[in-house]
This record gives sequence, structure tokens and C-alpha cells, in this order.
Amino acid sequence: MRTRLVVIGNGMAGARTVEEILARGGDFDITMFGDEPYGNYNRIMLSNVLAGVEDESGIFLNDLSWYADNGITLHTGTRIERIDRFAKRVYAEDGTETPYDKLIIATGSRAFVPPIPGIHRPGRGYHQGVFAFRTLDDTRAMIRYAREHQRAVVIGGGLLGLEAARGLQNHLPHVTLIHAAGHLMNAQLNEVAGETLRATIEAKLGIEVVVDGRTTEILGKNAVTGVKLDDGRIIPCDVVVVAAGIRANAEMAAASGLAVERGIVVDDQMRCLDEDDIYAVGECAQHRGEVYGLVAPLWDQAKVLADHLTGVNPFAEYHGSQVATKLKVAGVDVAAMGLKAPEHEDDESLTFTEPKKGIYKNVIIRDGRLVGATMVGDVKKVAFLMQAFDRGLALPEERAELMFDLGGPAGEVKVDEMADDEQVCNCNGVSKGAICGVVQGGCKTVTGVMDKTRAGKGCGTCKPLVQRIVEWAAGGEVEEDPAASYYVPGIPMPKPELIEAIRLHSLKSVSSVFAKLGGEEDAKSKMGLASLLKMMWGGEYVDERDARFINDRVHANIQRDGTFSVVPQMKGGVTTPAQLRRIAEVAEKHEVPMVKLTGGQRIDLLGIPKEKLPEVWADLDMPSGYAYGKSFRTVKTCVGSDFCRFGVGDSTALGIALEERYQGIEGPGKMKLAVTGCPRNCAEAYVKDLGVVAIDGGKWEIYVGGAAGAHIRKGDLLTTVETPEEVITLTGRFLQYYRENANWLERTYAFVPRIGIERVREIVVDDADGIASSLDAAMDASVAAYRDPWKDREQPATPGQFRTSLPLTVLPQVPVRA
Amino acid sequence: MRAIGYADEIPPGEGRTFAVDGEMVAVFRLRDGSFRATQAVCPHKGGPLADGQIDLKQVLCPLHLNAWDLTTGCSLSGQPDLTVYPVGVADGKILLGDLS
Ligand SMILES: Cc1cc2nc3c(=O)[nH]c(=O)nc-3n(C[C@H](O)[C@H](O)[C@H](O)COP(=O)(O)OP(=O)(O)OC[C@H]3O[C@@H](n4cnc5c(N)ncnc54)[C@H](O)[C@@H]3O)c2cc1C
Ligand code: HEM
Ligand code: SF4
Ligand code: SF4
Ligand code: FES
Repeated sequence: MRTRLVVIGNGMAGARTVEEILARGGDFDITMFGDEPYGNYNRIMLSNVLAGVEDESGIFLNDLSWYADNGITLHTGTRIERIDRFAKRVYAEDGTETPYDKLIIATGSRAFVPPIPGIHRPGRGYHQGVFAFRTLDDTRAMIRYAREHQRAVVIGGGLLGLEAARGLQNHLPHVTLIHAAGHLMNAQLNEVAGETLRATIEAKLGIEVVVDGRTTEILGKNAVTGVKLDDGRIIPCDVVVVAAGIRANAEMAAASGLAVERGIVVDDQMRCLDEDDIYAVGECAQHRGEVYGLVAPLWDQAKVLADHLTGVNPFAEYHGSQVATKLKVAGVDVAAMGLKAPEHEDDESLTFTEPKKGIYKNVIIRDGRLVGATMVGDVKKVAFLMQAFDRGLALPEERAELMFDLGGPAGEVKVDEMADDEQVCNCNGVSKGAICGVVQGGCKTVTGVMDKTRAGKGCGTCKPLVQRIVEWAAGGEVEEDPAASYYVPGIPMPKPELIEAIRLHSLKSVSSVFAKLGGEEDAKSKMGLASLLKMMWGGEYVDERDARFINDRVHANIQRDGTFSVVPQMKGGVTTPAQLRRIAEVAEKHEVPMVKLTGGQRIDLLGIPKEKLPEVWADLDMPSGYAYGKSFRTVKTCVGSDFCRFGVGDSTALGIALEERYQGIEGPGKMKLAVTGCPRNCAEAYVKDLGVVAIDGGKWEIYVGGAAGAHIRKGDLLTTVETPEEVITLTGRFLQYYRENANWLERTYAFVPRIGIERVREIVVDDADGIASSLDAAMDASVAAYRDPWKDREQPATPGQFRTSLPLTVLPQVPVRA
Repeated sequence: MRAIGYADEIPPGEGRTFAVDGEMVAVFRLRDGSFRATQAVCPHKGGPLADGQIDLKQVLCPLHLNAWDLTTGCSLSGQPDLTVYPVGVADGKILLGDLS
């Protein structure tokens, strides 16, 4: 039997250790338990997610398929409650038990939340509006809440607190940072550096900073309304983020009888004290008295443990790590390593300050070696200093060179002078040699190398260096990462270029696009091209049916058993008794297996065989609801002012008018709309591709880029208008702008943030580019070209258009003689 | 080889299903004019392959977009391979060969 390896904690250290074990060919039967409901993601990028510069999906390091591909059994959302060291079993919260031969504990740490009165609500966890900042769920909840509020207070002025404060500014206008110590980042910086940083944060970012501020109470009855400080001051706020430090998740280990001090005590092989088969890595481990709070040490720990466990080097030892810190706040450069002030009498300390520019630099040298460095406001020399610090390099005689670039082009590390094993990405532990190896292996794009090695995918500060190494290694043959920007995979062009080429050569069919631009036909690109050509050429488009996806060939949505669903149009979700009666009769006549209300306020007839579609349409004699295409779907409405006692606008009438006009319009992705009669939002307009909300005073708000599918996003307010007519015009203009500029399958929730709502507003509302009239004209043309596809039922468009493709019933033999 | 239907029952770039001795066979007419024949039922979860989109190399199942090489039947996305049949056209008729 293979050795059973169980890992508790599926975070950065746990998953990395397993990766290192697999990389060494370790043959274990691996089971992992993670408290969080996800695969392993890059926790340090949560700051960037909060700041809106990174997408959630971009931070995953190991998605669920990685576990499956490597034969790892992963239990997400499963907390381990106890280890039985003698029976060698772990017990999960859900009552299951799992035996192990070797056990790794990688439970990380959690936010330390000081016992401030009012921070918790009995029985409810945190008070409403109070958040910690540790997990993806924390970050999501914080973003959701912050968007709807005005003032945030961040408690804690360390790295995490500063990054939280900066990130929150992305979602609400006022942020105050309260720090209990006398200066910011006091764990890493001395007083002068901390003071320089404070001045920059306040002047440059507009974050108010309170130092020496001890929070004594969180105020507010139902939700947070403010915080109270020990000097009696009250700072009003509706969001509180606690970033007051971390504590190792070691209670479970302690309760199971392991030696725990500030963390789980381990020896140089990461083995728990007096245990033969239990190890701990990451932030939960305490090694030689140190508990780390950064990722670099855990990369080293993971390597040692993997060497040891796989037997590649059973005597591998971890001797502790030198840690360097960088602040990930755009525009505020801070880096610190080692000592923050001289400790011995003969330590050399050099300092340069330029307060006006927010610059502070300090280096500390002992016996000719760098033992500490702080750079605020100018971090050009950091890469060099880090190397010197990490490896104890000899320092230049001219000490000022440690802080400035004197003469020479330097300022940056010289790539050709770097040793192969020199670490480039400290977050993910990638060396220059590893990067060069990948380039030599044929990958010559910066993004490609970053994907393969993960270099630059941590805090991101080494990206420029990674780029230079790739350029150097490729000898000037760096390639732009091609595919990322293509509209469809098969034609090597971004959308604007593709549109231009199609116009230039007058390409009106999908096959002619391949012939002229792509070389080879590509099944995965056909549908996207068909949609684009149809949008561009309207009636002149040469429709080749094979370019269509099956749904668009037969105007219905294919189901899991190869049958189809039929959804007739029901504008604005409003129907009539006559219509209902007809639908009922059709459903009975054709023995429709299921009749269901859709999420889009319509009625779905499911389980219709392909060959019966034309007959069903004929019996219904209603227009298609387009519930199958990458197209305009529905406009959900609420009852609005006609009936609802809250309604302030006639949402149903406007919804019907919108659907009437834009029905069937195709695009790069689905377009789902809603109109709601007041901000109570019963029709869910805030989470639609385009949502309209009636507000008091007869006005209408238009939101764009919302979503409530697998991805959930509240739309951005595009503008507020006075009349339904303006809503109709702007809807058309926005949809046309989206149709012309979005990538294939890029929904508005990705498109709008990519372009930026301000820019969208400039174009669509303010007509800053002067293209509004051409957008309107193009939309008019598409609207005019609308024809109900269900009308084309008498004559099949192609031979056998509706012939069955599945052995629902075995087909009759075709009577042909050889 | 035996005739199972007429070539013009299949529009260019599409596929159609034929029943042959109780077996379901999907026949595709590529845009270069040649034909390919595979089992009709997707090995993944039973999707109708003849409803899929094709190019000169591959067919994509319409249900979950797995891909197979039309000539060899080899999966291009980690699924079981497809059975492929020799197929040709003579006098406008589709001729299907036996499994070799
Ligand atoms: C917002 C933010 C920004 C950061 N920025 C940086 C940075 O710029 N640079 C840097 O070096 N570091 C940074 N860090 C710190 C870095 O993320 C951590 O050092 C690193 O994640 C530690 O990894 P770990 O595996 O030890 O713990 P974690 O990544 O926390 O993983 C532990 C996992 O174990 C799970 N777990 C805990 N107990 C149990 C149990 N009993 N059963 C099952 N599962 C359990 C937890 O849910 C968690 O998923 C940042 C952290 C945060 C929160
Ligand atoms: C005056 C009080 C309200 C009454 C009487 C009421 C009644 C209803 C009823 C009867 C339904 C239909 C349930 C069904 O489909 O079976 C419904 C659905 C719904 N209501 Fe309300 N409602 C009220 C207020 C609200 C408010 C204020 C909101 C929004 C904040 C809201 C949001 C919704 C939503 C989202 C649905 C589901 C819509 C869908 O089917 O897509 N309701 N409501
Ligand atoms: S959104 Fe407003 S107007 Fe519409 S049904 Fe709800 S409460 Fe009534
Ligand atoms: S959520 Fe949508 S995709 Fe998922 S099973 Fe339901 S209908 Fe299908
Ligand atoms: S059934 Fe064919 S890909 Fe899933």
C-alpha cells in the first residue's frame, strides 16, 4: 500500500508542499483538507483584488482540476477538529475520520481581532459592518458591503492595514486608518521612516491616518456607526476592517497534544516536537522561536519538507529565513529588510532623507555585511539590496552606491551578471535559471513564462526584472503573447484589427474569413466569427449554416438528452390568458415532458425532439424568445406604478418597449435586461447586463455591467435620464458599443470594468468620441433586419435541418440500394 | 462498402446521423468536400455528435464542447476515443465501410 499522506490546510504552504513533493516524484496517496471552499489561491493577491487591479479568477494557483489531475483527494470546506496521534487518524467537523501514515499541518493563521467592546454581536459573529481581511470570502464580503457605504475605518497600520485602506478607497470615498503605535508599519520601520510614510499616505492617497489611536469601542446598534478612541474622540464610519495582526491556527494541534507556543513547534526538518510522523509548515509553524507572516519562508520550508519526506534528501534542514517586506500599494513604495535601527555600537548606519519628496533611505552594515535596509518613496535599489542582504555579499566601498546609482547605467540589476540560482521572484521562489530554462524550452513570451514559472505572480514587484530576463534569454526574440488578445482563437487578430481586415477585404462569410486571414478553418472560432460578421454586415452577411452552433441552426436550446427547449417571447414577462391557454394546449398536444417558469419571466417547454420543433412553433404561433443564442434575451420587469403601491415609474411599459425594439439582437455574449419600478429592485435590475431603475421624480437610472450568474456583480451607474425615450436610445447605443468592442463571450460584467465605466459613459452618454450617431445608426440597421426565426419553419434552411441526431428512437433505415 | 444515404443530405460543414444495422453513425461533410464517419453518440455524456461543429480536423460535441479528431477518432480533450468508420462517396451516394 502506498504511504498515506494527509495534509490539514489547503492554503499556500500546504499546496506548495504537495507541489514540491510531486515535483520530486513522491509516491503518496494524498488527501488534503481545507477549511475554505476553494482550491488554493494566492492569498497575497487579495490586496490586489480589493484594490480592483486583479480579478478573482486570476489569483488561483491550484484549481480543482489540479487536484484531480494529480490524484489528490481534496475535501474543501472541511475543518479538521482533532488529531489522534496514537491511532494516527484525523477527525473532521462533519464526523468523518481519515487515517494517515504521514501528516502535515499547514493551517496558517487567522486575523487577530482585539477584544474591543462592540466588535462582536452575540450569536452573530462580527457586528454588521465589521470585517477581517484574511480570506477570499472576507474580501468578497468586504467589497460587497463597502460599495454600499461611505466611510471606512481600518484598525491597524501595518502592511495589511495599509493595503486594506488603499483597497477600500476603490469602493467608498472616506477611509481613516487607526494605528495604535506611534508610527506606521512599526514592526518594519523606524520612527522617521514611518513618519515619512504617513505623510505620503495622507497627501498622495488622501487616507486620514491616526497614530497612537487605541480603539475602545465599536459603536452602533444594528450596524456600525462609528468607533470610539481612548482619548474620547469618535470617528463616524459604517465599515470597520480589523487588520491588527495575525495569530497562528495552532489550537487544534495544541488540543491534540502537540507542543505549541506561539505556533506549532517544529525542528529543522519541520517535524513536530517528539513526533515521528507529524510535520507543520507555513504560518502555523514555529521554528527556532520564529513564527513567520510572509510567504518567502514557507517556500523554503516546503522544499526542505519535500526533500525530507520523499527521501530525495532525508537530512535536508531548514535554518530560518531572512525576510524582506514590500508594500503593495500603487504609488507608495516601501521596502524593508532586516534591522530597522542599529543595534551594536559599531554598526554603520547611513541615512538619506528628502521629506519634501517623501523619500527616506537607510542601510545598516555590520562587519561589512548588509543587516538592514529601509527604502521609502524610492525603491530602485531594492533588488540589489535584497541580494546583498540575503546572500551576505561584499558591499561596494563607496557606501553611497547602496542607496543611489552613482554614474554608470546601473540602478537595475544587470541580468547577465546575475547568477543562475539567484532568486528573482521572492514571492514564488523562482530563480533566474528557471526562467531562462523555460525560455530555452521555446516559450518566448513574458506572460507565457510567468504562467509556467509563476515568477511575477506574487506581489508583482519583480515583473520588470522578469521581463528583462526573458528579453535577455530570448536574445531579443521576445514574442508578444499572442492568443490572449485574439477575438477568437483561430484568427490571430484582436477584435479591432479583425474588424478592419474584414472590412478591407469585404469578407462576408465565415469561410472567406478563414481563407483570407486564418489559413485554416477552426471549429472553435466559427460561432464567434458568425456573430461578428452578422453584426457587421446585417443583411449582406452570407450565412453559412455550419458556422452556427446547433442552437442557432434550429433556434432552440439543446438539452442534455439532445432534445430542445422552446421558450416563446413574453415581452417584459407580461402574458395574457389567451397566450397561456395556447401554451397549455400545445404542451398537452405534444406531451411536453416539462413546463417550467424560467428565470427570465417566461415559460419554457422542455424536452421537444428536434424534428418536432417546426410543428410546435406553428402550433404556438408566437415569436421566438431567443432563449438559446448569444443574443438579447429578455427584459424582466416588475409590476411598477400601474399596480405596485411603491412604484414610481411604469416599468412594465418600458420593459416591453425595450424588448420590442431590441429583440433578437445578437452579440458577443448574452444580454439580459430588466426594468424595475422603484429602487426596491424587485426585477433585479442592479444585476443585469443593462438594468433600468425608476427613481422618484420621474427619472430613470441606467446600470450596466451587472451579473447574477456564476459571477455576481452589481452594475455600474451609467447615467440618470428623464424619459423612457432616452433610456431606449442609450440602451441601443450601449449595446451596440458592447457588440462592436467586446471579445467573443465576454459578458458586460467583464467588458464594462475592462473599458472602465467613466470611459463607457464618455462614449455612450457624452459622445466624447463623436461616434454616438454611428452607433445608433448601426443599431437601427440591426433592429430593422430583425425577423422572427420561428417563422422560417415551412421550408428547412438546409437538408435535414430538423432531422434527429440521436437514437431517441432508432431511425428508419434509409432505403437506398447499393 | 454499402450505401447508407445521399451525399446531398448533408450540407457542407455539417453532420447528419444515419442508422446502420441498429448502430448510429454520424457522417460529416467537410468543407473540402471529403467525408468522415464516427459513432453518433458522444462517449462523454451521450451528446449528439452530428449536431456538433466541425473543421477539417475535429468535431466539437454540442453539449460540453469536448473535441475529437475526425479522422482517427482520438480525443483531443481527455475523453475516450471515438469509433471511426471508413466512408466514401460514389454516384452521389454515401458509402460506409465496415470497421477494420
Ligand atoms: C491580504 C493579505 C496580503 C498579504 N500580502 C503578503 C505579501 O505581500 N507578501 C507576503 O510575503 N505575504 C503576504 N501575506 C501573507 C501570506 O498570505 C501568508 O504568509 C501565507 O498565505 C501563509 O500560508 P499558509 O499556508 O501558512 O496559511 P494560509 O494561506 O492561511 O492557509 C491555511 C489554510 O488552512 C485552512 N485551515 C486552517 N485550520 C484548518 C483546519 N483545522 N482544518 C482544515 N483547514 C484549516 C485555512 O482555512 C486556510 O485555507 C498576505 C496576507 C494577506 C491576508
Ligand atoms: C410589498 C411587498 C411585497 C410583496 C407582497 C411581494 C410579493 C411577491 C410575490 C408574490 C412574488 C412571487 C413569488 C413567486 O414567484 O412564486 C415575489 C417575487 C419576488 N420578489 Fe417580492 N414582494 C414584495 C416586496 C418585494 C421587495 C421589496 C423586493 C425587493 C427588494 C422583492 C423582490 C422579489 C424578487 C427578487 C422576487 C422573485 C422574482 C423572480 O421570480 O424572478 N419583493 N414577490
Ligand atoms: S421594484 Fe418597486 S415598483 Fe417594482 S414591484 Fe418592486 S416595489 Fe413595486
Ligand atoms: S444552474 Fe443552469 S446550467 Fe446549472 S443545472 Fe441549472 S439550468 Fe443547468
Ligand atoms: S456529451 Fe459530448 S461533450 Fe459532454
